[in-house]
Amino acid sequence: MSTTAAPAALRKTALNATHRRLGAKMVDFGGWDMPVEYSGLIAEHMAVRTGVGVFDVSHMGDIQLRGPNSLAAVQHISMNDASKLKEGQAHYSALLYPNGTFVDDVIVHKFSDNDYLLVINAGTREKDVNWVRQNVGRMQGVHVSDYSDLYTQLAIQGPRAVDVLRKLTDRDLDGIRNYWFTWGTVCGLHNTLIARTGYTGEDGFEIYVPSDVPTSERVWNEVLEAGKEFGILPSGLGARNTLRLESSMALYGHEISDEINVFEAGLDRYAKLDKGDFIGRDALEAVRAGGGPKRKLAGLEMTERGIARDGYAVLSPDGKKIGAVASGSPSPFLKKNIALAHLPIEFIAPATEIAVEIRSQPVKAVVVPTPFYKRPKKQA
Amino acid sequence: MDYPAAYKYTKEHEWIELNGKWGKVGITDYAQNSLGDIVFVDLPKVGSSVEKGKVFGSVESVKAVSDLYSPVSGKVTAVNDDLTASPEKINTDAHGAWIMKVEVSDSADANDLLSKDAYETYIKEETH
Repeated sequence: MSTTAAPAALRKTALNATHRRLGAKMVDFGGWDMPVEYSGLIAEHMAVRTGVGVFDVSHMGDIQLRGPNSLAAVQHISMNDASKLKEGQAHYSALLYPNGTFVDDVIVHKFSDNDYLLVINAGTREKDVNWVRQNVGRMQGVHVSDYSDLYTQLAIQGPRAVDVLRKLTDRDLDGIRNYWFTWGTVCGLHNTLIARTGYTGEDGFEIYVPSDVPTSERVWNEVLEAGKEFGILPSGLGARNTLRLESSMALYGHEISDEINVFEAGLDRYAKLDKGDFIGRDALEAVRAGGGPKRKLAGLEMTERGIARDGYAVLSPDGKKIGAVASGSPSPFLKKNIALAHLPIEFIAPATEIAVEIRSQPVKAVVVPTPFYKRPKKQA
Repeated sequence: MDYPAAYKYTKEHEWIELNGKWGKVGITDYAQNSLGDIVFVDLPKVGSSVEKGKVFGSVESVKAVSDLYSPVSGKVTAVNDDLTASPEKINTDAHGAWIMKVEVSDSADANDLLSKDAYETYIKEETH
């Protein structure tokens, strides 16, 4: 099963053959042939929570905006306030449609006053690139480049990630704070982008190396070798999903989409309505002026036996459908069955009892605060 | 993986060990492997009727739900309650971790089930 070639229509990262050699189960993820698990989802999930795991996330896209007006461009197309970023700092943001719903969520990295990198999702790559080009591509003093295919992006995640990367770089990693980045030599590659970012709720790094196959394979193997003493596991999209769900991080098409606005997704703390005009701002102002959203993302925990899955109906205590599960799964770390769902605001207070319809049966659940999991604070 | 020659198999990846009119049903190693870490088993009720080719329960891994299809028609005489607390036993021993025992109503039900060899050929084709 692991030795068959990827279907021709699917796109592959430079590490495709490596994943297959490792015996990964491969799936079609947004048109990409990606590993869903290697040794097992739960083992990989636990490795990241308690030790370290490495993910190939090269399917993510990278858009660079350069030129004297690049800040103005970033400010126009994304909702967070990029003027607050220092060189070497990144933040969570989103590209919005004029109606305040999501084109995508992004991480904005400030390289310099004239140079910003947006890291975008795989499934929305073309749409995002077109959206950026369409909206700021003709602005004076801005040059938009799609560098998605130039990088192999590896996410080294977990409390021991720093110990793994320390063995492979000359940079002082302790000086890189969460959501900051730098450049350094990694595996002998000069000027490698090293960002203390991730999508797992753990400490960790994302490194960006050239996407040719020999370099990508060499770096991947060196990371695994360096991580051996810390029990590193190559980890797939299955664990990536359960890790991000425990940490209540949004996934496009689930918690955020072109039918869900920023307030409904509970991401309004990242929308800086006072920073000046940006696409989607007027719609968000209108939502705020109208007393806020009618529904909002809430965390659920099953109190009866049953697993809420994506798309299952959420029911009020009297059996009326009040929403649908955006993402639902067993939580490998918490050993509970958890879910996120957009619910009418009268149901989102923690301890509210509701139910999820599982195979035509209502199964009890309760609203709980999110994130479900928060990593322990580092001891000094 | 060794598929016991004494078992019969379905194309939905259940196995049944038949002993006269008594049958013991589980899922195959191929099925547990494609599902991944199994975290939940929805067992049928003892005394309920099951129908050949119809859903009698489900197993869930972290990432997916998979219905269980009965290889035969009959009455459920026992279920493996161990699997409620330890569903991962299906991962570690798929061909030992039975899910239900059935009193088979028509022994002819088993005639069109796959032999070990036929099942092994079938899963080889399915992976290509």
